[in-house]
Amino acid sequence: MNTLIAITALGVICLIFELLNLRKILVPFSIVALCGILYLNSLDYNQTASYYNNMIVVDNFSVTFTALFIVLTTFLVALGHHFYDDVPEKLSDFVAIKIFLLSGAAAMVSFGNLAMFFLGIEVLSISLYILAASRRLNIKSNESGMKYFLMGSFASGIILFGICLIYGAIGSFDMRVIMEAAVSADVEEWFYIGGILLAIGLLFKIAAVPFHFWAPDVYEGAPALTTATMSTLAKVTAMATFFKLFFAMSGNLPETSQTVLVVLSGLSMTVGNIMALRQANVKRMLAFSGISHAGFMLMTLIGTQISAGTLLYYGTAYAFAGIGAFSVILYVCRHLENEDIVNFQGLGKSNPFLAFVLTTSLLSMAGIPIFAGFFAKLMLFSQVLESGHLALVIVAVVNSIIAVGYYFKLILAMYTKEPQHERTGRPFYIYAVATVALLLNLTIGLFPSLVTDLLR
Amino acid sequence: MEVIYLLILLLVGAGLTYFSVDKAASRVALLISTVAFGYSLYLVSLHYGGQLPENIHFDWISKPSIGFDLRLDGLALLMLVLTTTLLPLIVASGIETKFANAKSLYALVLLMAFAMCGTFVASNGLLYYIFWEVALIPIYFIALIWGSGDAEERKKQVVKFFIYTFAGSLFMLVGFVYLYGKAGSLLLTDLYKLELSYDEQLLVFGGFFLAYAIKIPLIPFHTWQANVYQKAPAMGTMLLSGIMLKMGLYSVIRWQIPISPDASKELMPYLVWIGIAGVIYGSIVALRQRDVKKLLAYSSLAHVGLIAAGFYGLTADGITSGIIQMFGHGLVVVGVFFAVEVIERRYQTRAISELGGIRAQAVKFASAFLIVTLASVALPGTVNFVGEFGLLFSLSTQNVWFSVIGGLTIVLGAYYMLKMYQQVMLGEANKKPFADLSVTESLIFGALAAVIFFFGIYPQPINDLIAPAVNEIIAQISTN
Repeated sequence: MNTLIAITALGVICLIFELLNLRKILVPFSIVALCGILYLNSLDYNQTASYYNNMIVVDNFSVTFTALFIVLTTFLVALGHHFYDDVPEKLSDFVAIKIFLLSGAAAMVSFGNLAMFFLGIEVLSISLYILAASRRLNIKSNESGMKYFLMGSFASGIILFGICLIYGAIGSFDMRVIMEAAVSADVEEWFYIGGILLAIGLLFKIAAVPFHFWAPDVYEGAPALTTATMSTLAKVTAMATFFKLFFAMSGNLPETSQTVLVVLSGLSMTVGNIMALRQANVKRMLAFSGISHAGFMLMTLIGTQISAGTLLYYGTAYAFAGIGAFSVILYVCRHLENEDIVNFQGLGKSNPFLAFVLTTSLLSMAGIPIFAGFFAKLMLFSQVLESGHLALVIVAVVNSIIAVGYYFKLILAMYTKEPQHERTGRPFYIYAVATVALLLNLTIGLFPSLVTDLLR
Repeated sequence: MEVIYLLILLLVGAGLTYFSVDKAASRVALLISTVAFGYSLYLVSLHYGGQLPENIHFDWISKPSIGFDLRLDGLALLMLVLTTTLLPLIVASGIETKFANAKSLYALVLLMAFAMCGTFVASNGLLYYIFWEVALIPIYFIALIWGSGDAEERKKQVVKFFIYTFAGSLFMLVGFVYLYGKAGSLLLTDLYKLELSYDEQLLVFGGFFLAYAIKIPLIPFHTWQANVYQKAPAMGTMLLSGIMLKMGLYSVIRWQIPISPDASKELMPYLVWIGIAGVIYGSIVALRQRDVKKLLAYSSLAHVGLIAAGFYGLTADGITSGIIQMFGHGLVVVGVFFAVEVIERRYQTRAISELGGIRAQAVKFASAFLIVTLASVALPGTVNFVGEFGLLFSLSTQNVWFSVIGGLTIVLGAYYMLKMYQQVMLGEANKKPFADLSVTESLIFGALAAVIFFFGIYPQPINDLIAPAVNEIIAQISTN
């Protein structure tokens, strides 16, 4: 609870900084403040509590995921220092929006009431709509913002409709009542229809097949830093929320719901990966790769022994690799019009360190050992195999192989071609974020227990 | 504990090499790999003295419960010695060549050696899998960046190689995940104790088989091999053929056969025929090659096919001889690929048609090349003779046709290797000048020849070293 208040307060302070003309120290200040909030958040670990008539429930699930979101936001704020060089007067707005976005994300994992859940998802989404359209003179950014807004509000409408149906069935928004209703034998059918509508809305936010059509265009058009936000923070948040809702409502779901999840998960991986193979634009490629990762994350819901620890680990691994990759993309495409793969040619020669960071991030996403992505996949495989879905594991394995194909396209471009652009300067924040993301990735890759033991 | 120092030495050595300068990198790497060689001999002496603890365990991951487990028995030790013997020679082979960004190259070579040593000593499935995969990354970059030939074509081949091997490994990973579900542990000894039904064994066997058949490679999973051997730089080819494919063979007897003995027994004839098919196919294709390196790649395919056949024959003799032949093949294949490198350095070509008449100008090189060529065709007195003869003998105890057809490897091998030698080295003196071996080059050939002949005449130390491990494997096959 304190965390949520502190995050919101920090967002307001960022706006006040602009009035006081303290723009120069805004990013360092926010980073320090976010680290402070991370500490504040960690105090709640192992202490379950509920606030405001069960509007907010703080438990280990919410604390650990909020911690992940805070770390990701810190990275994203740090990367913003150089990204908004051309519009310095807007820096505080963008930093504040990201921090408000974080408050939405925190609400989405710590809600105890569907009203709070809806508030959270709207705060998150509206922040993203603004960020997507934040390059106001760029037509692609405008298109991206508009597209995302239209599709996103449609999804919000569906979620709202779902919440209404659930309310109609059980007469409450409270999660405790919902959990009881989910296990009771006689509950109106609307309850389940409402649940399905909620799932559709969240699958849209996660960008899982068949609700993924917005992702490539929006990712490509949005400013690179916004794409980073969407593909790491927003995706993991939506997935964690989906997990929480699914866990609460899956009391006595029929066997078919598992089949539906298996199909969606398999389709997401396959469609995302096959489309990614054909992309020449890195952001678009990562959008499709994100769709396939959404499919992998859906695997956490399959089986009788679903565990939030696995999702936390997968989300962390995926997000750190994403942050590492995007910090390099931001560096490479700083002054360029587009993010095509050709721009990465020769990076291995002109900037070996960042090429190394991008390589490790991609290897981690591909699931190659010693990087976190490997253990993430391993845990998923092990969980799904235990529940007897061998076919899905085989599909996942085949997809991991396909994924190597396009991740390596980028690696090949970096190491086998000659550089086309002269790049000078070593922007401190980009290097710092890249280094820290790489180290964190390796640390949790070598010692996965550090993360999985947080949620037993 | 001791073996961990060797791993640390190689890993830290890779780091040191990377942070040295390009000019000194090869020497730093040579120093480290020589120390590693010396250290592994020290490990052997400890092993004989009985002072070397066989199993090492550290806690690592709590859930799933995976420990950092290493096991250094005679078999693992032999593979370790093979790796560290070849490593200084491989590094030294590059000392006279100028590479762009040499420090990265040598760092990758040491990193790969680290991962391969790890693969040989790991006794926990997951740890083993991690080392196995990590070994793949350095060789990918070595072949990609420092390889020869047309860049686009090389890119295609190297990526194909990576995707192929990665695909195979993933199925092995699924096998391990499945085993973990059954045993609740991935410790080698726990997996040995596991009593799986035949169908379950078949599943595990299949997953492992894809990984190993691609790595070794067995027919029909060999298509990546010749092209990658040809495109990779000499050092990469030596690492691949000398050590890396032994990872696959070693894993067959350490992991695959003992964990799924019933499936292995049931499939034995088919697997032996697959190995022998590789012998025939490799030999016949080698006959028609115009590029020396490609010819040697196919000849290597034939030799490892025979080793695989010996392992899958499931006899104690076959496994013992297969291990000896792994050792011998590692030495010889590094020798022949180094000979090609020597030629290519001087003539910038590997096409057989453009070569010939070298002997007249370089007597030392001609005799060195002849020694490794003869060793490759299993001349009595070389360790390869001990290996191949034992393999054929063991196969004949199972089914005489195995050894009759498998024996063609020696006949055909002698034919194409000697024909190649004749075309490349003999004939009228070549007009282009050919400088004879330098001191470094002579030392490399000398060291290889010494080891090949020593163990050819006196293979008993290897036999003694691996006997307990072989007995364990055989016991595992016969009890279940």
